[in-house]
Formats: sequence, structure tokens, C-alpha cells
Amino acid sequence: MNSEVAEAVSTGPGGREREPAVEVHDLTVAYHTQPVLWDVDLVLPEGELIAIVGPNGAGKSTFLKTILGLIDPITGWVKICGAGYRRRRSWVAYVPQRESVDWDFPTSAVDVVTMGIYGRLGWFRRPRKHDRELALECLDKVGIADLADRQISQLSGGQQQRVFLARALAQQAQIYFMDEPFAGVDATTERAILSLLQELRNQGKTVVAVHHDLHTVAEYFDHVVLLNMRLVAAGPIRETFTEENLQRTYGGKLTVLTQATEDLLRARAGDPSLQQPTGPPPGQS
Amino acid sequence: MSSTLVILLVGGCVAASCALLGCFLVLRKMALMGDAISHAVLPGIVIAFLLAGDRSTLPMVLGASVLGVITVFLVEIGTRSRRLQEDASIGVVFPALFSIGVILISRYAGQVDLDLECVLYGEIAYTPLDLLYWGDRVLGPRALWINGSILIAVAAFLFAFYKELKISTFDPALAAALGFSPVLLHYLLMTMLSITIVGAFESVGAILVVAMLVVPAATAYLLTERLATMLALSTALGVASSTVGYFLARVLDASIAGSMAVVAGIFFATAFLFSPSHGLVAKAARHRRLGLGMAEQLLMLHIGQSSEPRSGQVSRGCEIDTLERRFNWRPSKLQKVAKRLERQGWLDRVQEGRLMLTAAGAEALERTGQAPLTHALQAED
Repeated sequence: MNSEVAEAVSTGPGGREREPAVEVHDLTVAYHTQPVLWDVDLVLPEGELIAIVGPNGAGKSTFLKTILGLIDPITGWVKICGAGYRRRRSWVAYVPQRESVDWDFPTSAVDVVTMGIYGRLGWFRRPRKHDRELALECLDKVGIADLADRQISQLSGGQQQRVFLARALAQQAQIYFMDEPFAGVDATTERAILSLLQELRNQGKTVVAVHHDLHTVAEYFDHVVLLNMRLVAAGPIRETFTEENLQRTYGGKLTVLTQATEDLLRARAGDPSLQQPTGPPPGQS
Repeated sequence: MSSTLVILLVGGCVAASCALLGCFLVLRKMALMGDAISHAVLPGIVIAFLLAGDRSTLPMVLGASVLGVITVFLVEIGTRSRRLQEDASIGVVFPALFSIGVILISRYAGQVDLDLECVLYGEIAYTPLDLLYWGDRVLGPRALWINGSILIAVAAFLFAFYKELKISTFDPALAAALGFSPVLLHYLLMTMLSITIVGAFESVGAILVVAMLVVPAATAYLLTERLATMLALSTALGVASSTVGYFLARVLDASIAGSMAVVAGIFFATAFLFSPSHGLVAKAARHRRLGLGMAEQLLMLHIGQSSEPRSGQVSRGCEIDTLERRFNWRPSKLQKVAKRLERQGWLDRVQEGRLMLTAAGAEALERTGQAPLTHALQAED
């Protein structure tokens, strides 16, 4: 681990009493007249790997964006470590969906990672040499330091995802919000990302990730939020990630997760019929 | 100052300001926005003209900026309604505003020393005649002062907000999450654009300002993979288009603004064809190389597999006739691929009509056999 990242761990909000990483109260979000999130009440613990799970169109991305202040809720509020997002901005890192940006943008991998530092620099101040060095260290942590000067469109999907993760590391945050960090990456990258998330957790950071692969939820995460417009359930994996709750989240469309069918499901991982939207409007996942 | 120099300087300033801002328009996929604003500021200019009673610069710049921001605002309202895509929204807003300007000009033609012809096409040839005075002192050509100041303002704006513009263009969501308001930056950029367009009006006209905004930036985008380089290249291309265009116009005895845009277009077409990274020619060559590399791999794999020495026998390689049937390639293609492999020392003609892997070839196949295309892809770098 590099020294600057290590420093951020100790100079972070450590020392204070453990309070919830995220508190969400009565949150309702709508696009036009269509509600996307309905009256969500939620507390997410600090220092855990937390999965947000639900069918397409369940409002998972919207939920993240609302927490990050990118979407204004109709009602309700969000607190991050006991304060509003604006006051906690520097404690939070965000990894958007890979498709949300134009990878043909004329810039290099290390440049994109340096953007993670922009928030600390504030308006007008330019990244300096040591900022670039930090960016290179973060690229090294995700295993692609050799690609630092590559134009970003020349990176594979998995490498692009790693660049995004490195950028989040460069933000040196306490809480990491990730929108489908495992989407469309190969098995090697998936393992690399997982061990990175676990390392973050071991440093006391909180990771909140939208996750699509039901088969790996229990293996990868400590805590789960089951969302389908409304909050279906949230809590530690063992108590919450149950067949009954999954049924309630995915409606009748989910094959019963008994031990016998689990192997079958595993074989069909990625089967789109598992991820059909049920009630809520399509389009905003 | 000679009039040629004045024209070149004015043209260069206009082209540079447009080319710099144009990079961000192109990267934000908002090239049409330049088109829209360049037309929509017309009523602002006319109203400023009517209120001020003369062609003083400040009211015109103010009027244009206000209209520029109004345009952006209206387009955003349209887009946000979710019933209009951005292009449709732009297409609704700018003709409406532009036609208001046209009506104002024709209605008050008597009072306004501003004709449509001039607004649409500009007349850079007259810029040396229109001088700016400070009391009794002649400061120099008005257009040069205006466009020079605008260029300095644009350069200062981009320098100050470079990092902010970069992040809000690449990843607006992250920019917003980090506290760099993409909306504020968008309006700032559009205001600078409106101001630039007013300056460009007199020299290249409303229609051709679009060419200066989009074409040099789009050309630069084909030539580089770094934002800073793109800005520099775009500026250089803009200034070069305007300079070369001026002399072309003198040679052809044709419209100066038109010639400038034509030269910009020629630069673009050249880059489109011959850019080393994105040009059609380079792409075709790359495609061909990749295809050949693939064919080499296939051939080696096939020969390697089918000529493995069976027990006791010495391998005799593969017959060319069999290979031709197997791959269904043109004989010339097979010959070409085989020759390329022979040159690399991976393939040998054991006897007439038979091909065999050399020891080095077998080794190379062993190395790349796991991922047959890696070799071809590595040749890309």
C-alpha cells in the first residue's frame, strides 16, 4: 500500500464513534410522474461491503445518484456519516457505470485517474506532479500501471473498469459508491476488483455497490439491500439474502433458490429472465 | 498596418477563438449548439443596435450574450421536457430566434445600418477601413481590437477553467459529485461562445462561424489523443485555414470567408483520409494487416496440427493444393501468406508444393497458440 493512501486512512473520520455510513429517510424519487424510488428508509453500516440488488428498473442507479446529490428527491433526505452530502463530499468516491462516459475522449488512463483528485484541489488549482504520482500509484494498485499513458479507448472493458476504480481510489474517500463495478469484466478482473474492495473494507472503508449477479452476492458482500422501487429488505447477508426476500424483490420470476436449483442457476448465470423488471417503470435501473 | 495584415490578424483571432471553444463543442457532442447560437444571437444584436443607435461594441456583445444564454436556456427546457431530443430542441429554438432577428432587421431597415447579407456572410475585406478612435487618436482597426480582446478572453477562460471543463465534459456526473457544477460551466462556456460569435459576425459571418467552430476542432480530434494537443492543433488549423483561405480568395478573386471555410474543409478531408490513427487509409491498412496476421496464424495452426509426425514417420508437411481446398482462399492469398511466414523463418518449402513449419515456426506457434490473435494484435502497437 502506498503512503498517501495509508495516510488518508488515518486522517479520515477515524476516532469518532461509529455511526451509520449512510442514512436514508423517507426517500421518494420520480422521473416526471413515474416514481422510481418510493419511500425508502434505510441505514447502511460503516466498514462493510454492501450490495444493492434488484431487478432492472428497480431504481438502483437512481438510488446511488440521489445519495450523491446528482438527483433531487421529491421527499426525504440522505445523510452521509451524519451530515448532508455537500459537507461530506470529500469523504465520498463514486464509480459510475462504465457506459456513462465517452471512452473516445482524448485523454490517457492516468489523466482520468487524476480527475479523482480534482475534488480535493477545488476550483482553479491544477494537479501537480505529486498528484500525478498518486494517480500512478492508484493505477498500480489496480494492476495496470503499465497502461498509464494509453489512450482510454484503447483499453479493454475490464481495464476501463480498473481505471474507474483507480480514480475512485485517488479520491481517497471513506465511502465508495459503485454502479455495477463487476459489469462486463472477465473473471480475472472480477477477482482483482473483489480483492481491492475487500482491502478497502479491511482498511475500515465502506463500499456500496450495485450488483447484478445473484450467485456471488453472498460470497462477495457482507450486507445486502434488496430494492425494487420500494425497499424490500436490508441487512446482513445471512439474515437478509433469503429465498423469501428474493422472491419479494424479483416477483414470481425468480426460480426458487433451493440447493437443488442453485446449481442450475449457476449454470445459467447471466440469464436475462432472472433480471426482468416486475412492477416499476423500465429504463431506470 | 497594411490591410492584408489586418485581415490576416482579424481572421486569425476569430479562427483561434472559434477553434479553441469548438474543441469543447465537439467533445460535448454539441457542435450544433454553435450553429444555433450563431443564428440565435441575431435578435440580440439588432435590439442592442436599435437601443444604442450605433454600432458600438459593448451593447452588441451584451445583447448577443444575453440571447446566447437565452438560447441555451430554451434548448435545455426543451430537452428536459423529455419530449424533445437535444437536436430537435435546438432545431426548434434557433430558427425561431433567428427569424425574429430577420424580421427586426427588415422592419427597421431604415434605421439600422446592418443588412442581412453582411450578417450572414460577413465582410472581412472591409475590416481595415473601420477604425477605432479614442478621442481624436486612432487606435487601429476596430475588428482587430474586438477580436483580439475576445481571443485573449477565451484563452484566459480556458486556461482558468481547463481542469473543470475537462472533467465536466468527460464525466459530468463525477464533476457534479465533486462539486464542479456542470450546469454553471455549461452556461459559462456558452456565454463565451456567444461573445466569440458576435466578434466573428463581422468578419466571417453567421454561417461560416459554424465552420470555424466545428471543422478545425473536428480535424484536430482525428489527429490526437490528448486534450491539450487537440486544443493547440485546432487553433493552429483554424489560423492556417484563415490565412491560406485569404490568399486562396485573392487568387480566385472569390469570397474570403468562403475560401477560409473551404480550406478548413480540405484540411478536414485530408485528416479524415490520412490521419495516422483514425484516418480511413490507416484503418484500411490496419484491417488488412490484421486479416493477414489472422491468416498467418490459421495457416500455421493448420500446418502444425496436420503435419505432426506420426509414429516412426518423418513429417512431410502439407500439400499446398490441400491447403487451398481446406481454406478456400485464392491461390494468390495463400502464396502471399506463405511468403510472409517464410520471410519470418517460420515456414519452409520442403519440396515443390509442400509447406512445413520450421523449428522456429513451431516454437512461435507454441507461444501464440493459446491466443491465436495476440500476435496480430501486438503488431498494432
